[in-house]
Parts: sequence; structure tokens; C-alpha cells
Amino acid sequence: MEWVLVILIGVLYGGGIFMLLRRSMVKLLIGLTLLGNGANLLIFLLGRITKGKPPVIDSLSKVFTDAYADPIPQALILTAIVISFGLQAFAIVLLKRVYVLVSSDDLDDLNTPEEEDI
Amino acid sequence: MIDNTLIYPVILQLFTAILMLFFWRKTVSQRIISIAGSTLVVVASVRLFAKVWSGGILTMHAAGWEAPFGISFVADVFSSSMVLLTSFSGLAISIYSATGIARGRMLYGYFPILHFLLMGLNGAFLTGDIFNLYVWFEVIIIASFVLMTLGGRKPQIEGSVKYMAMNILASTFFLTGIGILYGITGTLSMADLSLKIAALENRRLVDIASLFFVIGFSIKSAVFPLYFWLPSSYHTPPSAVAAAFGGLLTKVGVYALFRVLTLIFIPDDFIRILLIILAVFTILTGTFGAVIKNNIRRIFSYLIVCHIGFMIGGLGMYSDIALTGALFYLFHDMMVKTNIFLIAGLIRKLRGTMNIEKLGGLYAEYPLLSLLMALVLFSLVGIPPLSGFWPKIYLFEAAFMDKQYALIAAIIVGSFATLYVIAKLWANAFWKELPPPATSGERVTDDFKPLSWGRKSLLVAPVVILAAITLFIGLGAEHIARIVSHIVVEMKDTTPYIDAVLGKGVAR
Repeated sequence: MEWVLVILIGVLYGGGIFMLLRRSMVKLLIGLTLLGNGANLLIFLLGRITKGKPPVIDSLSKVFTDAYADPIPQALILTAIVISFGLQAFAIVLLKRVYVLVSSDDLDDLNTPEEEDI
Repeated sequence: MIDNTLIYPVILQLFTAILMLFFWRKTVSQRIISIAGSTLVVVASVRLFAKVWSGGILTMHAAGWEAPFGISFVADVFSSSMVLLTSFSGLAISIYSATGIARGRMLYGYFPILHFLLMGLNGAFLTGDIFNLYVWFEVIIIASFVLMTLGGRKPQIEGSVKYMAMNILASTFFLTGIGILYGITGTLSMADLSLKIAALENRRLVDIASLFFVIGFSIKSAVFPLYFWLPSSYHTPPSAVAAAFGGLLTKVGVYALFRVLTLIFIPDDFIRILLIILAVFTILTGTFGAVIKNNIRRIFSYLIVCHIGFMIGGLGMYSDIALTGALFYLFHDMMVKTNIFLIAGLIRKLRGTMNIEKLGGLYAEYPLLSLLMALVLFSLVGIPPLSGFWPKIYLFEAAFMDKQYALIAAIIVGSFATLYVIAKLWANAFWKELPPPATSGERVTDDFKPLSWGRKSLLVAPVVILAAITLFIGLGAEHIARIVSHIVVEMKDTTPYIDAVLGKGVAR
């Protein structure tokens, strides 16, 4: 199971960086999304995947005696997903606005010349 | 010592912002609430600083979950002095915004967002949990995105794209670092991380994790080679917003670098040399950018980059004197950088332009105001005995002791370039005769003269407040040096910090 995730994380990071280096703004956004998802999966993987062992102490004992699934990575990922959701929603609206103003999807068209700034 | 009142600077900003949401269309009430809220936060921060200075490190465990399991907030001298300086800047920006920001922007929630931004900054300084630091960073960047785009002029939106992309990328690097750190230690509390990282066998993995933090925070604090988003976005928003960004946002990245590299990872030779090389290039690229620009705010944006290099270089040398110099510079920089962007806004009000070729005659028309600006600009350059001078002495001394001659050369070049740029600005904007307009339709517009006395003082008062603090940092340098050397002792010996968070006797 782990090695599938390892490859997936590598693909997500690699694809994200590749998309970031393109000139199109939409691809920039897709790249950021892929990177964010890669980071979330990385936390999930590094939090040690334990199957079928809930993080609940048995009613008879006082401490964990068995291996248990760590709940913290899931809390972290949930937080990170919500945050990246908000940021991406903002980014989409911003890029739409840029497209309306500049009527181009090319990042190189984003340089208003020096004379215009006051 | 557990003291839950340390969270007041965060909570008060939150309440101020929420209270303003109830006065959505009433901009006058919003201005009053903003200034009153910022004043309260200054009081709370002064109280916090006094408590920490006299009584040692304070902690708060959120919801009573003790560290390392819950999220803890920690106020040591470093974080409480950062909160104090942020509150002063915040107050100045609140007052300035009352007249410096157009009513249209206020109608779309300028003030609440500004206070959410300041809340995020205070939270980032006070938290003792690495994931919580990430969350505060996100609070800061989402608020800064809104402030940057509010108004929606074309250059502003264009600058925001670069700003947004680089900041989200930096957060992803930071998050990746946290993931690796959690994987190898299984904890998120900074005090606990400090103990566990020190005991770890696999140093290579620790180095890789620390590099992720260094890259993430370097993007946020505009260190070479990832600084280019700053000069291409900071000249676009209104001056009050640019002041908040220039004075506070890059500095929170520097704060995080200092915190992570002194408490969690102790940098080895590789990271230290890397930081020094980055510092040299940061100073030089910032310098070259500042020298060729003609727009005041673009010049100041490049000067931010240049001066970030001084602090990173100090951190890279890592000796006591170097850290003292770097922290002293950080404190001076937060006040002065906020102030110069407010001054840029004032000049814009006086003349309707920020291009130094089109400016002129300010000294003849406004001698007192010009002298006030000169005081701040000279502090930025570091004319003795003003505030920029003292930290450089420490940095030079440390660099000579560490034999970092490239860094010495870079600091000298950076200082001279700052002097040259400010002299050029002074000669062009203040001493030169006002040049005739290039085209017949163009006129010099003075938006300052027609303002009422009260509105004028609302624009000038924040500059005076910050200039007074800068003057105190310069003339009362021995007090600042005492605070800073106390911080350096805390950085070098983390036992009190760890004891305060985890309980006595855990750190050995």
C-alpha cells in the first residue's frame, strides 16, 4: 500500500512543479493544487498508515497496549484541505479577474509598463 | 508560568475585526473602532512585554490540553517584543488608514481585513506549535491577498497574481517540511521537537526537513533567488497596505526563520554557509534594483529585499554578536520600513505622483514635514546616532570575527547604496525645483493642502509616532541592546523555553 502512495506523491509533486513552470495562469493554478494535494498525501503517509486499529483505548486497560492509527495526521490534513480550498477559490476568482482585465492567459502579459504607475 | 492573558493581543484584534463587521456600511464608526482597537492592543502588548520581561516565559495551553499534546502559546522576550512592535505599526497604520484609504475600499471591508491580518501576525509570533504556525501563516496570507486586490486596479491585480502564487508555493514547502518533521519525530510542539530532533540519529533527514523550512520562509521573507514577487507587487496597493506588508509581512518570515533555526534545528555548517551566501546575493540584488528605479515605492521595495539580507547574514554567522546585530536590525527595520511606506503615501498626497523625476520642491513648501521625513530616511540609512547604525556595528564585528569578508563587502555595498538612493531621493524630491509638467494637460495635484486640520494630523501623526519610536531605538540603543542580548541568551540556551512549555526537568 505504501509504495503506491510514494509513487503517487512523487507524481503529484513532479507534475505540480512542472505545471508551475508553464506560462499559462490556469496551469499555474493547477500546479499549485497538485502540489497541495501531494503535501497532504505526504503527511498522511509519514503519519504511519495503520489499518483497522482505531485510536481508542480498550475499556479494560488504561494505556494503549496495541498499535493504533494516529489521528493527528488526519486532523492536520483536514485543516490543510480546508485552507487550500479557500486559497484556491480565491485564486480562481483572481485569475478570472485578471483574464477580464488583461484578456490573456499568459503570465508574461502581466507587466504594466513603468510609466503607468503613479 | 501559565498565564492565559498572553492571548489578549490576538483576541483583541479578533474582537475588533468582528465588531466592525456589524458596522459594515458605516465607515466613520469603523475608523473609530479600528483606532480604539489598535490602541487597546498596544496596551495589551505593553503589558505582555512587561510581564515577560520581569517574570520570564509565559505559556498558555489551549483548552487545557497540556503540551506536547495540545496547542500551546508561548510568550518569551523575542515573541513579546515582536508583538509589541507589530502593535505599534498596527496603530500607526490604523490611524493613517482613517484618511489615507479611499471610502470605496472601506465599504468593501478594508478595516476588518486589516485587523484579521494583524491578528494573524500576533498569533504567528505567540504560537508554540509548528502546525499552528502554518495556520497563522495562512490567516496572514489570505488577509493579505484581500488587502492586495481590494480596489481592483489593473497593476494591483497583476501584482497580486505573482504575490499569490509565490505565497501559496511557500506555504506548500512549509507544509511539506511539517509533514516530514511529524514523520520523523511524531510531535508538533516546538519545545518537544527541539528535544526530539536533538536526539535523532538520522541527521541527513533532519537537514532535508530543515531545508524545506528554510526555502518556505525564504520565499515569504523575500530572500534571493525567490524575492522577485516582492518588488513586482509591493508598489501596487494603497500606501497604508504597502506599509503593513513592507514593515510586517516579510518580517514574520524572518521571525519564523530565527525561531525554527534556533529552537528546532541548530544549523550545521552547510545551512550556515548557505544562509551567508544567500544573504550576500540578497543584499546585492536588492541594491542593484534600488539604484535603477525611479518610483519611490519601487525603490523602497528593493530596499526591503536588500535589508532582509542583513538579518539573514546575521543568522547565518550564528555567533552571539551576529544574532544580536540581526535582531537589533529586525526591530529597527519593522519600525522604519512601515514608516517609509507611510511617507511614500504622504508624498503621493502632496504631489500626486511617486516618480522622483516628476517630484520636487517639497522642502521649500513643507520644511517641517520634510525634516520629519529626513529623520526617518536617515534612520533607514543608519547615520549615527540613529537606529540603523548600531546593528551594523554588531554585524561588522561578528563578520570580522567569523572572517566572512564577502558578507562584510556586501553589507558595505548595501549600506552605501542605501545612502546613495536616499540621497538621490532627497535631492530629487525635496531640494530640486519642481519640474514643469511634461505635457500641457498635466498638473501637479496637491491633495494635502485642502484637507482639514484634523485630517492632516491623522496623516502625519502615525509618521510622528513611528519616528519617535525609531528615535528611541537609536538614542536609547543601550536599552534595545539589553533586550536583544537577553533574547540571544534565550536562543542559545533553550532550556527555559522547553521547561516553561513541557514542565520542569524535561530538558536536560
